[in-house]
Amino acid sequence: MPLVTMADPRTSGQRNDIYASLLHRVAQSRDRSAFAELFDHFAPRVKSFMMRKGYNSELAEDLVQEAMIAVWTKAALFSSDRGSVSTWIFTIARNLGIDRLRREKSQLYTDLEDFDAIDETSGAEENLGRSQEDNHVAKALAQIPVEQRELLILSFVEDVPQSEIAQRLNIPLGTVKSRMRLGYQRMRKLLETVT
Amino acid sequence: MTIAHHLDDATLISFATGTLAEAHAIVISAHLALCPQCRASLHKAEAIGGGVLAEQAPVAVSQTLREATLASLDGLPVAAPKKARTALNSYELPDVLVRALGVTSLDQIKWHRKLPGVAIYDVPLPKGSKAKLKLLALEKGRAMPDHAHGGEELTLVLKGSYSDKFGKFSRGDLADLAEDVEHQPIVDSDETCICLISFDVPARFKSIWARLAQPFSGL
Repeated sequence: MPLVTMADPRTSGQRNDIYASLLHRVAQSRDRSAFAELFDHFAPRVKSFMMRKGYNSELAEDLVQEAMIAVWTKAALFSSDRGSVSTWIFTIARNLGIDRLRREKSQLYTDLEDFDAIDETSGAEENLGRSQEDNHVAKALAQIPVEQRELLILSFVEDVPQSEIAQRLNIPLGTVKSRMRLGYQRMRKLLETVT
Repeated sequence: MTIAHHLDDATLISFATGTLAEAHAIVISAHLALCPQCRASLHKAEAIGGGVLAEQAPVAVSQTLREATLASLDGLPVAAPKKARTALNSYELPDVLVRALGVTSLDQIKWHRKLPGVAIYDVPLPKGSKAKLKLLALEKGRAMPDHAHGGEELTLVLKGSYSDKFGKFSRGDLADLAEDVEHQPIVDSDETCICLISFDVPARFKSIWARLAQPFSGL
């Protein structure tokens, strides 16, 4: 299985805008058909994401249901200035996984959402390509050195802690961290130039 | 308030992916509440997660799941849009610490004092937590404990300040240093310096009291 499959760059930006407006319809008028469209697009991706984290099909579907119900109940909390719908659903899925494993409390993350309105005034230009960012992230990931990409994917897809990545790949923790930093910094640069 | 010392990018990625021990995640969440720059960085890290999720090859979900999810929406309470928070004032504790510490002000902490000029509060964490979390209150001239060798250690200043070879650390500043870094932070504020510290507990762990008892040994 490829680590990341490439989206068609001509359409994925437009598609992201569509998801933001569907989510807006859910928030504004509890629009069930808009929700159904979001479900049909995201549920299979969240399931795939959860299965790559090691959940079996049944558990993955439980988490998909929880995540999609959160999309319905929290739609009004989405802000397109903060990122794409995919990024928002990524944070929902991450928080559900955290609660499931009780590694830490996802409340730590939801607290921070309160500050987003301040950030919008202080650093609007800092935001990524917003509606098109998913597509750019995939393209940027394909451009960074493979050993940096590998670590970012292990972190974001498989939730492997850095100490465990070091053991798995048999490299020192310091090397894992420096590759992670380089990978993230290169991603930031690549994403800022396309904005 | 300008924050001078920030999260390391490798730690930021760990936080964004949700793979940190709770003690470290609490310290980082408190720093983020005080630091707009690191919040912006967090959003960029999360965007990588969003891009990866968007590019997942879809795996079909069962029709039952779809029907059950759509049927469950009726009557669910929905969230109202959040009101923007104003920045925290200089006394305010971030929400994450109000919950973790069970107080609304640092004045309400029940300190343990064993050494002159030093007080510690052990922050209770759920059983099985892999890292510890402590509040330290040190008077001017006292040295912060050296870091625990062989593990992560994060220090967030909540009040007062200290200095070491990396500079001055004041409210909101986070020391996120590599494990092998040697430094000797000394409290330089007239008011008591209060820090929140999270650290892994390695096999050869020297208690924080033992580390404080020899403040100038240059370990």
